[in-house]
Amino acid sequence: MKRNNISLRGQISQGIKDSFTIWKEEMVKTFHDQGMLIFFILVPLVYPLVYSFIYTEEVVRDVPVVAVDMSDSSLSREFLRKVDATPDVKIVSHCTDLEEAKELMKEQKAYGTIYIPDDFTDKLVRMEQSPISIFCDMSGLLYYKSLLLSATEVSLEMNKDIKIERAGNFTERQDEITAMPIEYTDVAMFNPQNGFASFLIPAVLVLIIQQTLLLGIGLSVGTAREKNIFKDLVPISRHYNGTFRIVFGKSLCYFFVYAVMSTYILCIVPKIFSLPQIGDLFTLLLFMLPYIFACIFFSMTMSAAIKNRETCMLIFVFTSVPLLFLSGISWPGSAIPPFWKAFSYIFPSTFGINGFVRINSMGAELHDVEWEYGALWIQCGIYFITTCIVYRWQIIRSRKHAIKAHLEEKRLRSLQADKTAGTIEAL
Amino acid sequence: MSLNSIKKTCLLKRVIVRECRQLVSRPLYLFCMIIAPLFCYILFTTLMWNGLPTDLPVGVVDQDDSASSRMAIRNLDAFQQTKVVARFQDFAAARTAMQRGEIYGFFYIPEGTEEEAINGMQPRVSFYTNNTYLIAGSLLFRDMKTMSELVSGAVARETLYAKGFNERQAMAILQPIIIDTHALNNPWLNYSVYLCNTLLPGILMLLIFMVTVYSIGSEIKNGTAQEWLSESGDSIYIAMAGKLLPQTLIFFLMSISYNVYLYAFLDFPCNSGIMPMLMASFLMVLASQACGIVMIGTLTTLRLGLSFASLWGVISFSISGFTFPVMAMHPTLQALANLFPLRHYFLIYVDQALNGYDMAYSWKSYVALPLFVFLPFLIINKLKKALQTYQYIP
Repeated sequence: MKRNNISLRGQISQGIKDSFTIWKEEMVKTFHDQGMLIFFILVPLVYPLVYSFIYTEEVVRDVPVVAVDMSDSSLSREFLRKVDATPDVKIVSHCTDLEEAKELMKEQKAYGTIYIPDDFTDKLVRMEQSPISIFCDMSGLLYYKSLLLSATEVSLEMNKDIKIERAGNFTERQDEITAMPIEYTDVAMFNPQNGFASFLIPAVLVLIIQQTLLLGIGLSVGTAREKNIFKDLVPISRHYNGTFRIVFGKSLCYFFVYAVMSTYILCIVPKIFSLPQIGDLFTLLLFMLPYIFACIFFSMTMSAAIKNRETCMLIFVFTSVPLLFLSGISWPGSAIPPFWKAFSYIFPSTFGINGFVRINSMGAELHDVEWEYGALWIQCGIYFITTCIVYRWQIIRSRKHAIKAHLEEKRLRSLQADKTAGTIEAL
Repeated sequence: MSLNSIKKTCLLKRVIVRECRQLVSRPLYLFCMIIAPLFCYILFTTLMWNGLPTDLPVGVVDQDDSASSRMAIRNLDAFQQTKVVARFQDFAAARTAMQRGEIYGFFYIPEGTEEEAINGMQPRVSFYTNNTYLIAGSLLFRDMKTMSELVSGAVARETLYAKGFNERQAMAILQPIIIDTHALNNPWLNYSVYLCNTLLPGILMLLIFMVTVYSIGSEIKNGTAQEWLSESGDSIYIAMAGKLLPQTLIFFLMSISYNVYLYAFLDFPCNSGIMPMLMASFLMVLASQACGIVMIGTLTTLRLGLSFASLWGVISFSISGFTFPVMAMHPTLQALANLFPLRHYFLIYVDQALNGYDMAYSWKSYVALPLFVFLPFLIINKLKKALQTYQYIP
């Protein structure tokens, strides 16, 4: 065998040289392919901006509601005035009965109704509990939340006043204690204004990295196959001889691109839109390292299924929505059924999103996310192996194809030679 | 029937047969038109099977360790949404557990709370929720707030009982005004109802965009477009109709399947009856296909067309306003939202299935969806030219 003649050192140095050749070729390919530029550069650049623009307001203010005040007393008016004064709710109309209010809700001029019954004050005077009804349109939970929180807040505040008035204490301090023997404070941690962008965008940002890698690498593989005469993934060339060379060379190229893009997506975008960003930069970089590699190897493995340039988009784009849900950011992870939980462990995004959110938005340190961090390294290892297997298999296939084609050619040639010989003989 | 129309029907049939062969021959179509939507229907509905997340893990820091504080913690645990999974020595330990993702919130009762309350010194308890997880954070906030009111009330109630009041009187004194909430048509606050009704059609719509663009664009790319056109007697209308009608049928069947699944099998609120929803679904399928034609017609390159389809399809989920209301978005986006079929479908769903209003109230959306079908006529000539002359550049 020829191979045995070359020393190990020679083999390694040749391998490294080949890796770099492949890396260079892949770089050139990436930056000359309009499609790959779209996925690797344009999408990661533009999507975060679009999303941030959509959710720029963070919270819903002034949800329009109708008031039906049958009591029309000073207390009921005070209640409505105070609700209107909250930032979340705005009373857009006063109706004389519920039917009228319903009509306004049907026309979507209001998303809720506050109904104060006519015996509202009487009941309070009789020292009975006096209910105020609120009706919410449930097309959006944020309307419901705004109206419920505002109404509850105002009722608690007014209850305090009523209690103080009734108690007739001598000092203000005594008043307070009568109203509230134990006080309480609520603290919304890590996302104090309860914003929608601060909650959703960090997860979307991490997901974009995985999805664009899937699309970009899928596209590159599809192109390679379309250009190859045997529809194979690996070209016949001196440099594309070893599995490791190809996998190292290509992944290095993707890593270079994504080291830059990830820094933009995860460090700069949150800054531009002043999203929560309390994480330690070094921790973040350390965490993103296995995430990017896991995504690269995962994409390279998955891309083996791609036959044409564009099929990757049909297969991968729709998965973004389910993957976002499986990550446990919107639907709490503790409520995800075990089967889907296990299923979600296939994808690097599940760990990436959870880890990033905790580091970036909650200031977690590396040992706080050790489970995610470890899982990502394990994924790196597994997907590296599967990538190698896939490429090894592809190398063998393309060799077989080449040998077959070579033999075919030889056979044709000899046939032709025979024919020529025959003709000559016949002459 | 005139000779001309017989000939046209003949051509149309031929193109339909040709398209059906293509749909069957590539597994990609099977995947995108049937497997992927079905997979998502099942995934989303089983993921949120319970409707509301139950037993969210919370922690407590009970430095008081008194009868009252222990009772408060037992009460908190008894709420359906919360489950007390851990006790911590101090605030720092609880905060770390939150950062590690073990708990979504915690309740803090400092030392001496009970004693101070009895002596009328007004102690202070506090609760912390992690709003990085919006749904979990909001649900916990609700339960913990109620809990805090109860704890405070419990102490006051004891004092009142001692003074000889009965429970009804005591409650009237403690909470003179109460809020009686009616969450119309989704009283269980079921998140699955809230999300799946728009997520499932949204996924289907995204795939309709993609498949429409792909099936037209791949003809251009593979150089079969001219053959396709000549099969249709050089009529772009017959070519389009023949290609898209079989897909319309399949996609409509897929939309019927989620309607039946949601409203008949899972018993989601459907106060209008299923017919208006089926009609809305049918209009949505047509509108989405029309959008697909416009996407490939304006860009004519397969990958750019597909990029357009991906962008539009993915943005639909955000801009349709079923999670974050459109009224809170920038005015530009509010106007732009009208260009997304999912937005109109969502509005119809809210009026019809959820609230059971008359169809007249959603007339705008019923008009808007069919309007999408006319959009392709604006670019049809450009598309025809592309089919005739375009050379694929990789």
